[in-house]
Amino acid sequence: MFVSALSTIAGPKSCLISFATRRSHGRNYDTELQRCRLEATLVDFGDYHPLKPIMVTDTKTRRGTRKGSTSSSSSSSSSAPPDPLSSMLDGTDPLSMFAAASDLGRKKREKEEEAVGPDFEPWSLKRGEILARFTTTEKLSINLFIGSDRGKATSQGSAVSEKVRTRLEELDDLEEGSQRELLNLSQQDYANRIEELNQSLKEAWSSDQKVKALKIVIQCSKLLSDNSVIQFYPSKFVLITDILDTFGRLVYDRIWTMCSDPRPLPDNFTVEDVNDTAKETCLNWFYKIASIRELLPRLYVEAAILKCNRFLNKSGIQETLPRLTAMVRGIGDPLVAAYARAYLCRVGMEVAPHLKDSLNRNFFDLLGTFRQISSENVRAQLVLQRVEMPEYLTLYSPAISWILQCIAYRAPESLLTEMMERCKKLGNNALLLNSVMRAFRPEFVAARATDFIGMIKDCDEAGFPKHLLFGSLGRSLASADPPESERLTILNEAWKVITKVRSPQDYINCAEIWVEFTFIYLCFGNKREVNTILADIIKHMTPDRAFEDAYPQLQSVIRKILTYFHDFSVLFSMERFLPFLDMFQKDSVRVEVCKSIMEVFIKHQVELTRDPVILNAMLHICKTMHDSVNALTLEDEKRSLALLIIGFIRMVSFGRDFEQQLSFCVEARATFCNLEPVLVQLIHTVNQLAMETRRVMRGNHSRKTAAFVRACAAYSFITIPSLSSIFSRLSLYLLSGQVALANQCLSQADAFLKAAVSILPEVPRSISVEGKLRSSENFLVDFINSFLATLLVIPDHPEHGVLYLVRGLLNMVQDYTWEDNSDAKVRVYISALPLLAAMSQETYLYSIPKVDSNDTLYGGDPKFLSEINKLCETLIGQILDHLKTLGRDESTRRQGAMAFSLFGVLLAHGDLRNNKLSQLAVNLWNLSHKHGYCETRNSVRTLEFIKHQTQQPDMTHLSDMVQRLTLQSRT
Amino acid sequence: MSVTLDIRLKRANKVYREGPIQLISSNIEVAKAGKIPGGKTEIPFEFPLHTKGNKVLYETYHGVFVNIQYTLRCDMKRSLLAKDLSRSCEFIVHCQPQKSKVIPTPVNFTITPDTLQSREKNSLPKFLIRGHLDATNCVISLPLTGEVVVENSDVPIKSIELQLVRVETCGCAEGYARDATEIQNIQIAEGDVCHSLAIPIYMIFPRLFTCPTLETTNFKVEFEVNVVVVLHDDHLITENFPLKLCRL
Repeated sequence: MFVSALSTIAGPKSCLISFATRRSHGRNYDTELQRCRLEATLVDFGDYHPLKPIMVTDTKTRRGTRKGSTSSSSSSSSSAPPDPLSSMLDGTDPLSMFAAASDLGRKKREKEEEAVGPDFEPWSLKRGEILARFTTTEKLSINLFIGSDRGKATSQGSAVSEKVRTRLEELDDLEEGSQRELLNLSQQDYANRIEELNQSLKEAWSSDQKVKALKIVIQCSKLLSDNSVIQFYPSKFVLITDILDTFGRLVYDRIWTMCSDPRPLPDNFTVEDVNDTAKETCLNWFYKIASIRELLPRLYVEAAILKCNRFLNKSGIQETLPRLTAMVRGIGDPLVAAYARAYLCRVGMEVAPHLKDSLNRNFFDLLGTFRQISSENVRAQLVLQRVEMPEYLTLYSPAISWILQCIAYRAPESLLTEMMERCKKLGNNALLLNSVMRAFRPEFVAARATDFIGMIKDCDEAGFPKHLLFGSLGRSLASADPPESERLTILNEAWKVITKVRSPQDYINCAEIWVEFTFIYLCFGNKREVNTILADIIKHMTPDRAFEDAYPQLQSVIRKILTYFHDFSVLFSMERFLPFLDMFQKDSVRVEVCKSIMEVFIKHQVELTRDPVILNAMLHICKTMHDSVNALTLEDEKRSLALLIIGFIRMVSFGRDFEQQLSFCVEARATFCNLEPVLVQLIHTVNQLAMETRRVMRGNHSRKTAAFVRACAAYSFITIPSLSSIFSRLSLYLLSGQVALANQCLSQADAFLKAAVSILPEVPRSISVEGKLRSSENFLVDFINSFLATLLVIPDHPEHGVLYLVRGLLNMVQDYTWEDNSDAKVRVYISALPLLAAMSQETYLYSIPKVDSNDTLYGGDPKFLSEINKLCETLIGQILDHLKTLGRDESTRRQGAMAFSLFGVLLAHGDLRNNKLSQLAVNLWNLSHKHGYCETRNSVRTLEFIKHQTQQPDMTHLSDMVQRLTLQSRT
Repeated sequence: MSVTLDIRLKRANKVYREGPIQLISSNIEVAKAGKIPGGKTEIPFEFPLHTKGNKVLYETYHGVFVNIQYTLRCDMKRSLLAKDLSRSCEFIVHCQPQKSKVIPTPVNFTITPDTLQSREKNSLPKFLIRGHLDATNCVISLPLTGEVVVENSDVPIKSIELQLVRVETCGCAEGYARDATEIQNIQIAEGDVCHSLAIPIYMIFPRLFTCPTLETTNFKVEFEVNVVVVLHDDHLITENFPLKLCRL
């Protein structure tokens, strides 16, 4: 805040005019303030309101009484004024029309999809999951357009005629001699190749090469019978069925458009709506596909265009699905078969979700062929590929889960029970049980949790580890409630198994799931149980530093704890919590965890705290974050860490124990010395502490509190220099100086301000603001202005000269290397004038309670006043010199502006009864208007102001001057 | 020095053709002489298919030795200075349904090393494959259906295939020529399938390459299906079933 005070300005000795110094007449700030206030005038609100609708209701009657005022008049007769916006749109605004339309669309779609609603987790969601989960580092190969067929044909010795063989080969070869085997592909390469095939399929289709398109699809589906890198099979399935989906869509759309002349087919079209050409084309596709030699492509490609049966006959889909389902029986490899079934179920769910029978049929067939999984063939293959049985079994889970999900979707309870029974019959096969638990509704599983536990226990563990089963069960329980009475038993049973899991990785995967259920039901707020679980996890994960491979799971455990525990005193009083945190030894993860804890703390800790448990733990956590900062840390990261730590510091309060609070800040300063924003916050905290002390003592410090606030000042004083940002330092010096002054610590305040003045020369000419280099000039001028405002109340130091801080500041301003060609220095001088004017008043505009400012100290001593006048003279001299320079440099626009602002200062603060001063003012006015750069509006306003002033009793002298001020045009 | 020119036939003992036998020939005028306006002119036409003499109209059929083909030719005679235009295209003839109803004749089969007529049957591993065809007298527009069950097999199965074979027999003065051609081979099982599980037999008869079984005085066109089981050691086990195709 800058001071607006007035006083005589002493004239300079030099230049335009010279005038003698005179003491100013005193100002009465109170009456001035009164005068400045707006007159309280009654406003006639009437019924006009700018926000009310403008309505011209009856212009004729108005015309008689109020001419020409109709347009802006309000409506007196508007009983219920219609909203102009809504009336314009005639009731139906475009947005709600859109909404209505999309509503219609949705209904249509719903009708089309019949049984599948948004509660069915679509394949698109599974896709990514599978691709991410089933990966391999083995080298893959794509054997497109497999040539072994030809060899086989001859070795079979079948009577294939030349002609037919050529025809078959044509089908096998995309182009002449294009049979190729791509070896040594990485997984990414493989995915890329498949995507390329997808593209070439689309290209072939759009360039009307339908046969080529079919060949591509056939070749792709053939890849599905190759499971040489078996770990990758589920992902391969995903990639290739994408292509099949594309193909299915293309064929369907093509036939659909064939029928769209003259008008598009309705969504619920029947066979009668389809013309013969379209039917013939469709039939052709089916004939072509029926002649595909190999089983797997024939099956997949027909499934891909299943929907096209709608063009041929009503019952087509209904008849085809069971046939294709039966066809899968011909696939010997159980994994390949399982995925083929999954695909059938997927297409079935898409095209005819009401046909539940084939879904069930698929599952029962799957159960029927389950023994294949442990066949000699499979075992040999696993040995060859060096894949363990448990890993092999997990390859099935996406397929089986999907099939079960389709079956379980909106299925009656009885069906699910039947499924469960069938699983039991198969000796509680673990793989099946697992899929059942994952696919069926959590509520269903939760209600039978005890049953399931029994089944899990009974299951033969061959190949499929039980912890996976418990994992699946836990997942269901986390989202659905098991019967209340069973919860404890369930937990005990589960943890009994979980704690026995040997492999740390398996253990943590399972435990991570179960902590959620445990927290929800039993331990909400029960720290003993959580502590036990944490201890168990630590026990499992510490040997051989197993935690290093389990950071995501451990992090998830922490997240879950934080979801259910918001009482940090309870949380931190758990013995095992901090040791648990100690497992995060990788720096980045550790910091990540600390950050998540801090975020929750800041969000949920409502009350200020002094709880030593919380403070200790939080300091530990914050220190971890702080210590992660190094030279390479990004600015953003630093900022976010600093924000979190600041959030913590702000939550700390020792109530009336101010000393404790200060010593906390001392500790925090030592701990967080590398994060500047935190230091800044600490200084603010300490300043606040000093002010709080003052408030408590109602401004009267005792000896003890006086010593304390001095300690606070000392804290700030030694902390500020460690900041690197010069403007932070400057503003904190100023602020701390003000706080010290408010607490009657005069010498401390002096020291702060002196320090601020002494570092002024260090201010660089440009500083970085939000990453951009900007001139610091405006920041600096702003700071000096507010500094000047504070200087009014600072009493002079008895050992130094009069106004020594003001002089010191002005000296610094003079010596500072301002930007070339800048007016900043002179602008500062002009702003210093009002301060000096204010200082010469008998009573200052404002003061600090219990601090004697210079008005009291000097009591209007003439020597003091003459010092002020001397200073003013010097300043004005400097300003006028500068104005002259500007005139020489042809910078007339700047000259005009400076002259006008000096004129303003003289007018507001100077005693214009002094003829010379008033002459100076007139000259400045003329100078500022000489080149016509002055804004006329400002000039007019200023003149009006002066005229207004002349009406004040002691201001009559201005009327002489105003006569001499003329508005000049540019010419 | 004399030059001799010799023609040698690859299979001299076979009669290739005696030139096409004309079954039908009829002419109709679709448009009277006159001027056809510019642009596209569509002239609808139809004519009944009357056979020549006592000949029978057979179904369209493209075989190796036997080809039954019907073509339409449209000639447009034009004035002296312009060339006559001519265009021809094949059209496909399907017979009237031969029978109103086919009573299915299911066949059951069992294949073991003992049932084979192979010489090496003693060296074969043990297996028992059962199955049935729902019918051997088939309707050409309907699929061939049935089931095959691998009850047991010492050696894993590699593949099970259905091979559709066409047998053409041409009679001539010196006897007759018989030629069997595979016209379609589809795999119904791949890999070591689950034992005791019925695997469907399902095959759609390919259009153009099949026609109703045909017996005339000059030639015969017959069809057979082979159920081929390939064992992992590449042993080939084949069971043959003659089929009778008809159109309903």
